[in-house]
Amino acid sequence: MTAVPALAVEDLSVEFRTRSGVVKALEHVSFAVGKGETLAIVGESGSGKSVTAYALMGILDPAGRITAGRAVLGGLDLISASASQLADVRGREIAMIFQNPRTALNPIRPVGRQIADVLMRHGNVPRVEAPARAVDLLRAVGITDPARRAKAYPFEMSGGMCQRVMIAIALAARPALLIADEPTTGLDVTTQAVIMDIIAELAGESGMATIFITHDLALAGQRADRVVVMHAGHVVENAATRALIARPSHPYTAELIAATPDSAASLDALASIPGSLPDLRRADLPPCRYSERCPRKVERCDAPLPRPALAEHFVACWNPL
Amino acid sequence: MTRRERAAVATLILKRLLMAVPSLIGVVIVTFLLTRALPGDPAAYFAGPAASKEAVEEVRVKLGLDKSLPEQFVRYVRDLARGDLGTSLTTGQPVVSEIRTRLPASAELTLLGLIVSMGVAVPLGILAATRPGSLIDHACRVVATAGVSLPVFFTGLILVYVFYYLLGWAPAPLGRLDIFFSAPPPVTGFYLMDSLIAGNGELFLASLNQLVLPALTLGIFSLAPIARMTRASMLAVLSSDFVRTARASGLSPFTITVTYAFRNAMLPVVTTLGMVFSFLLGANVLVEKVFAWPGIGSFAVEALIASDFAPVQGFVLTMAVMYVALNLMIDVLYGLIDPRVRIDA
Ligand SMILES: Nc1ncnc2c1ncn2[C@@H]1O[C@H](COP(=O)(O)OP(=O)(O)OP(=O)(O)O)[C@@H](O)[C@H]1O
Ligand SMILES: [Mg+2]
Repeated sequence: MTAVPALAVEDLSVEFRTRSGVVKALEHVSFAVGKGETLAIVGESGSGKSVTAYALMGILDPAGRITAGRAVLGGLDLISASASQLADVRGREIAMIFQNPRTALNPIRPVGRQIADVLMRHGNVPRVEAPARAVDLLRAVGITDPARRAKAYPFEMSGGMCQRVMIAIALAARPALLIADEPTTGLDVTTQAVIMDIIAELAGESGMATIFITHDLALAGQRADRVVVMHAGHVVENAATRALIARPSHPYTAELIAATPDSAASLDALASIPGSLPDLRRADLPPCRYSERCPRKVERCDAPLPRPALAEHFVACWNPL
Repeated sequence: MTRRERAAVATLILKRLLMAVPSLIGVVIVTFLLTRALPGDPAAYFAGPAASKEAVEEVRVKLGLDKSLPEQFVRYVRDLARGDLGTSLTTGQPVVSEIRTRLPASAELTLLGLIVSMGVAVPLGILAATRPGSLIDHACRVVATAGVSLPVFFTGLILVYVFYYLLGWAPAPLGRLDIFFSAPPPVTGFYLMDSLIAGNGELFLASLNQLVLPALTLGIFSLAPIARMTRASMLAVLSSDFVRTARASGLSPFTITVTYAFRNAMLPVVTTLGMVFSFLLGANVLVEKVFAWPGIGSFAVEALIASDFAPVQGFVLTMAVMYVALNLMIDVLYGLIDPRVRIDA
């Protein structure tokens, strides 16, 4: 990690108010990403990976509320920033690409126009130059015949092609941080690798930090410098990739690695981890939300967890491996 | 639009026109049978109460009603093919010329009503969807509920009572123009347009004056479905993935709401418009009665009461053709908004 991280998240907590109760979706989430670094967030479905990303982007559902925390990006705290400050940062300093690229694009607007919209908003690009610049961006993400493709609609393109367009939109304003939320889910294996290569290459060129959200621990192991493991809205472990894979400290991480024996399996096949995520609406959630599934539970586990400091290798566990 | 897309739209129109042919044939048959099934004997009616049996029979032969049903049908279709819809027995006028003067009266009223209600309902639905739980959202819900529960003749009567009788702001509900004015030379048949074409501002205002209350009545009637559909469809689009992308890219709220969300949300609204328009065609009959509007609806009702076949047939056929034309227009509009339609077509 470099001295001044691109993004430092501290103590981030998010709740959703729903009819059936308050969902404590995130609690005391902390991590940092250095400039040019790739951080992977892994965890099973419902662990709060997307909510973390949305909270940072300021695009949480109206039902969601950030109850605590800081997220400092280039000297600005995204959590306490005013709406107008955020509006300038979003898409310019911090950008995001999503799962399901086909639905993530406006179905009735040519893709070139969608890129041009972002360029005109953030890139100081005059209206007349925007279409040409959009074509340049399409070329940069490896789309052949970009001038013709710019006039196409998303439904005329393959999923991989749409994801390239998404990357072009996200990188249009040369952001300092890119959040990629399961960018390759639903794409075939070859396309997955190509998409990841494009992101890595463009990030490397500009020194951009990347947060890469995935189910796939094996993929995270190949692509990330650091890995944050999330479980039920908590960060349970945060370490350099090599250290985490070689010597996991949290029982949950160990289970994850055991459940991903070869690099082909993904966390979707998590049936082998006993128990399921606790209901996040419960009033009596234990301090460690993994304790009810944990084979290494000790008496101390009922005490409040160690707070996620920005340690080199952090483990939220009283009885680590 | 590229050339390929324009060709696709043209194909779409052609396809829809061909698809309409069977329904139009069906309408021709059904109207024929239906008018024959009307209660009452038109021959007796037109011969008058004092007529002798022979006189009634004479009228029957003159009307062709002594022939068998198939024979009558063949005659009817042959006349139709010549553009002859028969003659109204009550007015003695050819039905075609009656419809030609009365259809624009109804169309002008209906279109204005639709414009009024869209002008209110669409912004209302958008604002309600972008501010859920706010005052305007509740207002939208009240409108949507109240609108469906108010019968259209009741709204019309209330408006007349308040704005004509109590306040005296509106003119007497007696047709398209005050008796002191004469109609503009017909070009479109719409008095508002024709008076402008004739350069007669006074006449324009006079006909607008007459139009306000009946158009408002129809507008209130169609407010509810349009507002409800706009709100629902905006809500759905605002929570869709591509709007989330637009937000994450930091696009301005205006661009997100109008360029990204609204254009997509328009698609179901356009479909609703078609439905609303056909409701309005029905509501017209009542509104025209309340405001003594010389439209096609009141014409049909009077003919129906008099067991006058030809105008009723003419009315139903006109409505069917209007309905087909309307759906065609909606398909084209849909194709203009949605590239998926014009490219897949
Ligand atoms: N709008 C919402 N209203 C209520 N609860 C929500 C909402 N959005 C997310 N949650 C809850 O927050 C928790 C975390 O969800 P999140 O989408 O972040 O999971 P995830 O880790 O991204 O899962 P996946 O891998 O399936 O994408 C879940 O328990 C979910 O039920
Ligand atoms: Mg997710």
